[in-house]
Amino acid sequence: MSIASLPMGRRAARSPFARRSSARRAAADRALPAPAGTTLADLRAGDLVQVTAVDDGSDPAVTRRLLDLGFTPGAEVRMVRRAPMADPVVFRVAGYDVALRRVQARCITVGPAS
Amino acid sequence: MTCGPHEAGGSSRGSSGVAVLDLPRVALVGSPNSGKTTLFNALTGLRAKTGNYPGVTVTRYEGPVDTPAGEVVLEDLPGTYSLAAISPDEQIVVDVLDPSHGGTQTPQALVVTLDATTLRRSLGMLAQVLQADLPVCVVLTFTDELVRRQGVLDTAAFARALGVPVVSVVSGRRAQLGELRELLGRPQDWERTPVPPPIDPLEVPSWIESVLRAGRYVLPQVDERTRRVDAVLLHPFWGTIVFFATMFAFFQVIFTVAAPVQGWIEQLFAFLGDQVDAHVGNRWLASFLADGLLGGVGGVVVFLPQIALLFVLISLMEGAGYMARAAFLMDRVMSRAGLEGRAFVALLSSLACAIPGIMATRTLPSMRDRVATMMGAPLMTCSARLPVYVLLIGLLVAPGARVGPFGAQGVIMFVLYVVGALSAMGSAWLFSRLGRRSGPLLPFYMEMPPYRVPSLRSVVLAVWDACRGFLRKVTKIILGTTVVLWLLLNLPAPSTTELAAAGVDPGDRTAVSSYTIDHSAAAAVGRFIEPVFEPQGFDWRIDVGVLASLSAREVFVATLGQVAAAENPDDPADTLKQMTVQSGPRAGEPLFTAPVLAALLVFFLYALQCTSTIGVLRRESGSWKWPAIAFGYLFAVAWTMSYLTAVVVGAVT
Repeated sequence: MSIASLPMGRRAARSPFARRSSARRAAADRALPAPAGTTLADLRAGDLVQVTAVDDGSDPAVTRRLLDLGFTPGAEVRMVRRAPMADPVVFRVAGYDVALRRVQARCITVGPAS
Repeated sequence: MTCGPHEAGGSSRGSSGVAVLDLPRVALVGSPNSGKTTLFNALTGLRAKTGNYPGVTVTRYEGPVDTPAGEVVLEDLPGTYSLAAISPDEQIVVDVLDPSHGGTQTPQALVVTLDATTLRRSLGMLAQVLQADLPVCVVLTFTDELVRRQGVLDTAAFARALGVPVVSVVSGRRAQLGELRELLGRPQDWERTPVPPPIDPLEVPSWIESVLRAGRYVLPQVDERTRRVDAVLLHPFWGTIVFFATMFAFFQVIFTVAAPVQGWIEQLFAFLGDQVDAHVGNRWLASFLADGLLGGVGGVVVFLPQIALLFVLISLMEGAGYMARAAFLMDRVMSRAGLEGRAFVALLSSLACAIPGIMATRTLPSMRDRVATMMGAPLMTCSARLPVYVLLIGLLVAPGARVGPFGAQGVIMFVLYVVGALSAMGSAWLFSRLGRRSGPLLPFYMEMPPYRVPSLRSVVLAVWDACRGFLRKVTKIILGTTVVLWLLLNLPAPSTTELAAAGVDPGDRTAVSSYTIDHSAAAAVGRFIEPVFEPQGFDWRIDVGVLASLSAREVFVATLGQVAAAENPDDPADTLKQMTVQSGPRAGEPLFTAPVLAALLVFFLYALQCTSTIGVLRRESGSWKWPAIAFGYLFAVAWTMSYLTAVVVGAVT
């Protein structure tokens, strides 16, 4: 990877990034409250939400691990970005970034951030 | 999974001859990326020892630490986000902290590393650790980063709120460790928390908030630098391009940069062999020393450049934070094979050689993924297969033959690479499916740490640890096989009268080595196992080559050359073309027909013809179970596929 290619990459990458996230953040401010049953898997980049419940249903160990990773009821979560093929997704929670696959993201029900 | 008796020795071998068991023990607990291993390396340095936990294939690290009160043994427990264990690695942490668990030794005290920039999450695990009835000391890491990102923490007030000693360190600065060393010497005096935190995970957040409020914690800002770099490196288009460029460079380094160094090592051992030849009178002894012993040692040392380079690159990528990004980008693709993104690096490294590839599986947090990747890795087309493929493809199709606009030889080579890669993915998928039966499916989550400057010390230690471990555990296996195979190929040694009786000129080295192999124990074995490969059309001479290639695949070429009494055993193509079947219904016909050659190619694609790989599988998985399974299933697949290939090619041609 050459150093020369970086600034060009950043310029090209940054403007769509900035445009997209600001547009989405603005949309998020207006469009949320999300309908009941919205999960982390339904968010778009930039959306800020609050966790309402965590339940894997079948496996309490997974639920427990998601709680231990910081997805506790009341915690604020921001969807940061998804991977090129839509999975996994990076979330910012409890002051750090963590990637979850959509299967797990679906276990976390969210509502509008307070 | 069973473990050998060496496990017991791992923990009781003291560096100074004193039994480590008698020294006070302290264990390091922390989440991945919390600077735990960096701290461990800084405290123990080169004196750390590795071993295995009894009954599981999880590597155990411990080492002595000098404190003002004398030596203390520090154990680096596997990184975990929670004590509600969901993997064998995490279960180790729980077992070690539980005094009633018999299999592991509970330490006298615990040191918990907390990343100061992610306190809101990491305090959750501290809450669980404080439930254990042991003295606890907190080490705050990345406090410099906290300040840089405008976060605030009053360490003294934070310590008062927790009720345990708190030390802050800037990662990797050894000079700052004095206070911690002093504390490690007297764990019995550590302040104990008066009120343990709540147990219910739903009540823990309010405890965390109260502790953070008491410590006047200000959450650090989002790391601007990381956010901007991520906008490029995780961008759907640019990120993918950078990823492939990085992987291409990575592969180039372990494949082409290591190659000349490996060439020098081979030259050095060839030179030493010549010296032995020149100075040792007895022909048989000279051959044993030069080809058996020196060949075996050379066969071990030749892997070191690749292993060292691989671990330089991997620890740079991990230390800088790029490994998590690469895994993030590749996760979707790898999940098709039941693996996670990080397995990509291991499979890619296997294209150079399965040895570094299997060692690279250390970056995978889950043991199940590690085993599944190890089972697939030997199927990637490694560089040792190339000489075999080149020879066999050269015999199979003429250099000028074309498939459409492409050279036929190149097309066959490409097909072999693709089939190898697909088989590796398929095998990994199968083993990860089988692994799921033994427990619940692990959820996938991966922290994306901020980009950081990798510590040189960690890079050096990772390289040193990998090379040392490889030499220690694998030398015996590789050297042993090389010597045994040499003996098989050279015993019984023909006497001069025997050579004369057979009409062989004792001065003609080619004729002598050919005669020796023809009448060796290996030839007897080759004739004995001839029926096994009869359906593929292999005769005993090919079987001898297959047997000899167990030490390294490329040996197949030279051995066939010797069997065929080629003038130049390293390039025996012309001689091999002339070889005919000696007996049976096909007697007198050419030996290397299209079906035989195709079957041999497919056999080498699948079979685990490499004792170095078996040795490294033994080392990385901690028992003989997985290497035995790998050898068995790959042999079965290789036999079946080569038979089918022989039948199909025989029907077509």
